[in-house]
Amino acid sequence: MSHLSQRPDVAEVGKAIPHESAALHVTGHALYTDDLVFRTKDVLHAWPVQASHPRARITGLDIEPAYAVAGVVRVLTAADVPGTNDAGVKHDEPLFPDEVRFFGHAVCWVLGETLEAARLGAAAVKVDYEPLPSLISVKEAIAAHAFQGAQPTVERGDVTTAIDQSAHVFSGEFEFSGQEHFYLETHCALAHVDEGGQVFVQSSTQHPSETQEIVAHVLGLHSHEVTVQCLRMGGGFGGKEMQPHGFAAIAALGSVLTGRPVRLRLNRTQDLTMTGKRHGFHSQWRVGFDDDGMIQALEATLTADGGWSLDLSEPVLARALCHIDNAYWIPNIRVTGRIAKTNKTSQTAFRGFGGPQGMIVIEDILGRCAPQLGLEPAALRRRNFYRSVDGQDQTTPYGQPVRHPERISAVWDEVHESGEVARRREEIERFNAEHPDTKRGLSVTPVKFGISFNLTAFNQAGALVHVYKDGSVLINHGGTEMGQGLHTKMLQVAATTLGVPLAKVRLAPTRTDKVPNTSATAASSGADLNGGAVKNACEQIRGRLEQVAASGLGVAAADIRFVDGEAQALGRSAPGLSWGEVVRTAYFQRVQLSAAGYYRTEGLHWDSSVMHGSPFKYFAYGAAATEVEVDGFTGAYTTRRVDIVHDVGDSLSPLIDIGQIEGGFVQGAGWLTLEDLRWDESDGPMRGRLSTQAASTYKLPSLSEMPLDFRVTLLERAHEEGAVYGSKAVGEPPLMLAFSVREALREAAAAFGPAGTSVDLASPATPEAVWWALSEARSSHDKGHLAEGKPGARPDQPDPDAPVRVPESEAAQVVVPQLLTEA
Amino acid sequence: MSTTGVSVNGKKAALGAIPPHTTALDWLRDLGMTGAKEGCAEGECGACAIMVARPATTGDPSTEWVAVNACLIPAAGLDGQEVLTAEGLGTPTALHPVQHEMAVRGGSQCGYCTPGFICSMAAEYYRAGRCQPQSSAPRPSGPEHNGHDPNQPGAEADAEHGPNGFDLHAMSGNLCRCTGYRPIKDAAFALGEPSADDAFAARRHQPPPAPVPTRLSFGSAEFIRPADLPSALQLLAERPDAVLVAGSTDWGVEVNIRGSRASLVVAIDRLPELRELSAGADEIRLGAALTLTEIERRLDGEVSLLAEMFPQFASRLIRNGATLGGNLGTGSPIGDAPPALLALEAQLVLASVDGERVVPLEDYFTGYRQSVRAANELIKEVRIPRPLAGLTAFHKIAKRRFDDISSVAVAFALDVSGGVVRRACIGLGGVAATPIRARRAEAALVGEPWSRETARAAADVMAAEGTPLDDHRASADYRAAMLGQAVLKLFAENPLTPSRNGVPA
Repeated sequence: MSHLSQRPDVAEVGKAIPHESAALHVTGHALYTDDLVFRTKDVLHAWPVQASHPRARITGLDIEPAYAVAGVVRVLTAADVPGTNDAGVKHDEPLFPDEVRFFGHAVCWVLGETLEAARLGAAAVKVDYEPLPSLISVKEAIAAHAFQGAQPTVERGDVTTAIDQSAHVFSGEFEFSGQEHFYLETHCALAHVDEGGQVFVQSSTQHPSETQEIVAHVLGLHSHEVTVQCLRMGGGFGGKEMQPHGFAAIAALGSVLTGRPVRLRLNRTQDLTMTGKRHGFHSQWRVGFDDDGMIQALEATLTADGGWSLDLSEPVLARALCHIDNAYWIPNIRVTGRIAKTNKTSQTAFRGFGGPQGMIVIEDILGRCAPQLGLEPAALRRRNFYRSVDGQDQTTPYGQPVRHPERISAVWDEVHESGEVARRREEIERFNAEHPDTKRGLSVTPVKFGISFNLTAFNQAGALVHVYKDGSVLINHGGTEMGQGLHTKMLQVAATTLGVPLAKVRLAPTRTDKVPNTSATAASSGADLNGGAVKNACEQIRGRLEQVAASGLGVAAADIRFVDGEAQALGRSAPGLSWGEVVRTAYFQRVQLSAAGYYRTEGLHWDSSVMHGSPFKYFAYGAAATEVEVDGFTGAYTTRRVDIVHDVGDSLSPLIDIGQIEGGFVQGAGWLTLEDLRWDESDGPMRGRLSTQAASTYKLPSLSEMPLDFRVTLLERAHEEGAVYGSKAVGEPPLMLAFSVREALREAAAAFGPAGTSVDLASPATPEAVWWALSEARSSHDKGHLAEGKPGARPDQPDPDAPVRVPESEAAQVVVPQLLTEA
Repeated sequence: MSTTGVSVNGKKAALGAIPPHTTALDWLRDLGMTGAKEGCAEGECGACAIMVARPATTGDPSTEWVAVNACLIPAAGLDGQEVLTAEGLGTPTALHPVQHEMAVRGGSQCGYCTPGFICSMAAEYYRAGRCQPQSSAPRPSGPEHNGHDPNQPGAEADAEHGPNGFDLHAMSGNLCRCTGYRPIKDAAFALGEPSADDAFAARRHQPPPAPVPTRLSFGSAEFIRPADLPSALQLLAERPDAVLVAGSTDWGVEVNIRGSRASLVVAIDRLPELRELSAGADEIRLGAALTLTEIERRLDGEVSLLAEMFPQFASRLIRNGATLGGNLGTGSPIGDAPPALLALEAQLVLASVDGERVVPLEDYFTGYRQSVRAANELIKEVRIPRPLAGLTAFHKIAKRRFDDISSVAVAFALDVSGGVVRRACIGLGGVAATPIRARRAEAALVGEPWSRETARAAADVMAAEGTPLDDHRASADYRAAMLGQAVLKLFAENPLTPSRNGVPA
């Protein structure tokens, strides 16, 4: 057992405790960024001037009429930017554009004494546009060869030969939609200027350090002149990883120019029309199976709909390519990715970060091909799982050994057993035979998800822990709280490491002046990384206090244990010293009672230029069995029962982890079945407009979509050597358990047709989509794109002239000596 | 200016100098309250939910805590009223039972939606008669329920009702993006009865605050709550620019999303003349300003078609404010009440200073959001003639089961006797510029035996009714198909002459 993963006998980690802010949440006392406005004097409010063209040159901008509106204080334009007019890290996102690149693009911003004044001022601004040709759908972009960024390929073996030698070859296409984050709290920033021109920005951001960097470069300041704080977020889901920066910069710029605090809070329509979403993808593929249904080869091209700028599209695409295998061994594979450049919002991180978009392709392939191969979909899936062969773990297409492959079949078999899948399948068969107009389907799908940022450099974190003279403990770390329970886990980690009761520890809001150069709270890695850093800081302090206690108790420091607020000497029954006494003594002995902690994930390597390496510390596994019932008249459905077995290692906080699994699952089900982003793709005057730009038109799961019977189990005996206290990351992987809903809908739709019907199902599988699918099954003529025969349709090949991606972080990689000596 | 002020969590707060379009949400937040939050500003997410003390839906002089969307109602509409928010229910060190269950069960993650959930949940916690499961709580419709049997025995603890009588529909207007809802449901179903010393429970036994005449002006804009119907009609006659609001569930969206600013808003939701309900021998009269929740509970299943429609109409938070008058007044082609009322052959009473007139609903709509209602008229009452049809059904086609807008709505009211369809009234929403009657499909049914063949033939006719369009909710082809499918589904679920609810066969 590694030092990092080893858990003391008495530990706060592992206890099922409520969210640390639960009592504040339920009473309305928890503060979010916009709640601070009331407490801030003389705040100005910001409102954008949004373009109503998908693409246009700005030929004139007359801001004077805005100043005629009572209460308008300032209009912010490109001319006001003292630093760089850019809101992104790729330098392709001008904060104030001279060319409109998507419908709703903010051209400039108006500051008013009231929100109403700012709104009316924005309406008064006159903008002249020269409309330019636009690309809205990903298919339009493919046809126009409009791509951005690198076009990487993950490759292993010889696809061409393997396809040629396969007994069964299928090829097809599949396009699926993106997803709006719909965090309940929209983007918000509140900025003011502090002493000496320092700028303080409170921002709803998952990445305070990057928000700080962007604010600094827009203002032409150094990072040490800008502080960003995030109290908490009302949901993030990836949507506040890179998107908050520009809004924070606008607020900061306004504050610098006016000398007054500036609040920028998007309303829901602004948030929906201006900020990025999960990438929808287009995919083309051909696949070869042998007579037993073993996958022999897969060739695919994934085209991500990137929107108007790169944002995080390249790493999202990389993760998609690294997850098309999901839990399946694919000996010969060639998967290419590219990013369409369309006139839409710049698509961005969203829980799963490309992983779901890679995995949906293989799950769709297996769901469609199983009937053609004469196999039960579950049987086809299980036989293709990664395994150990002769003691060697099989490797992913990008060369990483799949450690603990036995856990895939473990979660799979356990969910079959606990979910009584075999018995229920028989029941469903009987039910379906008796009900011509209602059909049920039950499907099981696996998840294997790589944990760590693909980009090695991001896998580091810092923490700052203070012990005060009265024995109370205050921790800071670089991670942000968006509801995922990171702070709860960090409190548990600190209490466990210090050996004090949880109540002794408090956590202060995330600020860039406490812990610098942090990574985004993303990639599910928040607890792994920050937990490592908090643990490290606490160990430094504990080590010093062990010395103090040892001299007090007259034993060796190595024999001191801090347990539940008391320093005890090993093997002695005599009372030890209380935590408070030890701390007080340490102070008088001039022993440092604070520490900065640091953690970096060891053993990772990745080369983006060839898409090869071992980018992940470990894989998280899970399996879900979902039963649905579909109404043959309308395509409407209910989720009758869901069973999940998921691997979170040794859970740090079971109530939190189960919440992440359930919430992730339902959010994934929303993406796959309900949430329907529609852009106007017509040539009419509203071309490029997001048609579903409100809660009334973009529907996320409500109580009515909750599974009627929802049973989640954590995999037991799941200790993870490589992570803090033996735990595993949990934020993203469960989202992909929702493929079981989509596949169950496919099976239920197929049950309306003759046995062995292969069903094409659109994504999202709305009631309408399900109805069309079951209607096809009923009429049993396959209008889908699944074609059988060699050599199959070869997917589009990458552009040889596309740039090769060599991130700065990798170019800078050198072998660093082990700076961090673990205690 | 004459306003009384609002009691917020037991403390009196002056409305102050606010523009009339100021929402209750913005007003509360400007008082420094942080519990109610803006999530969507159109009454879809419930993050802004608060409770108000309203007349009990039982009709007796007691009070109910009613949860509503603070983002939709004008602050001025609260004048003289009592408001309760999540902050008022409990404190972090002394949690209310609802708050306690939510906190310990993991019912909050990011916490942003939580105070709204707390308010919806607390309102249901305090609902009179909740703990008697055979109460008037509407039963869900679905494959196991035909809708016209709202109190099936043994249906008390089903998927949507807890063993404690908690109706999950109470939270149908609250969205959570984090939890997946399971712990929220568990918290709701774990609630007991309010304790004997619960002040909010005790408050129910006192009369609700009376409506107070209000006049608030800011610049040239005014909000007026007239004291009685005659003064409302007089105002309407003098000011053709007046915007009438009751629940403000539509006007609030206009204000927030489209930036509409009225020179005069007239609140009519508490006018007693518009809040009468009577079920006579010849007809049922429903006051236009009764909330849908009030009608739903007071009719208690008497009009089976409405009983099936109400739970599918928006959300509880909306139904607690929305009125039939409002739903008909806006004239939206996708409102869910008009198709049902068309199938029931309802009539409207329109009132003005010149008197009253009765208009069949079928003649009321004249075009997209257009009607025969004159600028000086308001809808006073909806009348539903008896006898009611024996076989009724409301089919709502939408992406989401709770709180969605119909892509197609179909309301059936059929009389079948001796195996023959004697009468057929079918109302349709979402397939034309106005709600319409499916006249040709009705003709294809009347006089025919109630059989699969008849249903098939009528389904083909029905699929050609209206002029459905493609939009983000559904394709035109799906809409047309759903019209036909509705007839087939009606027959499949009611293959024989219905008799079990006692309607003459």
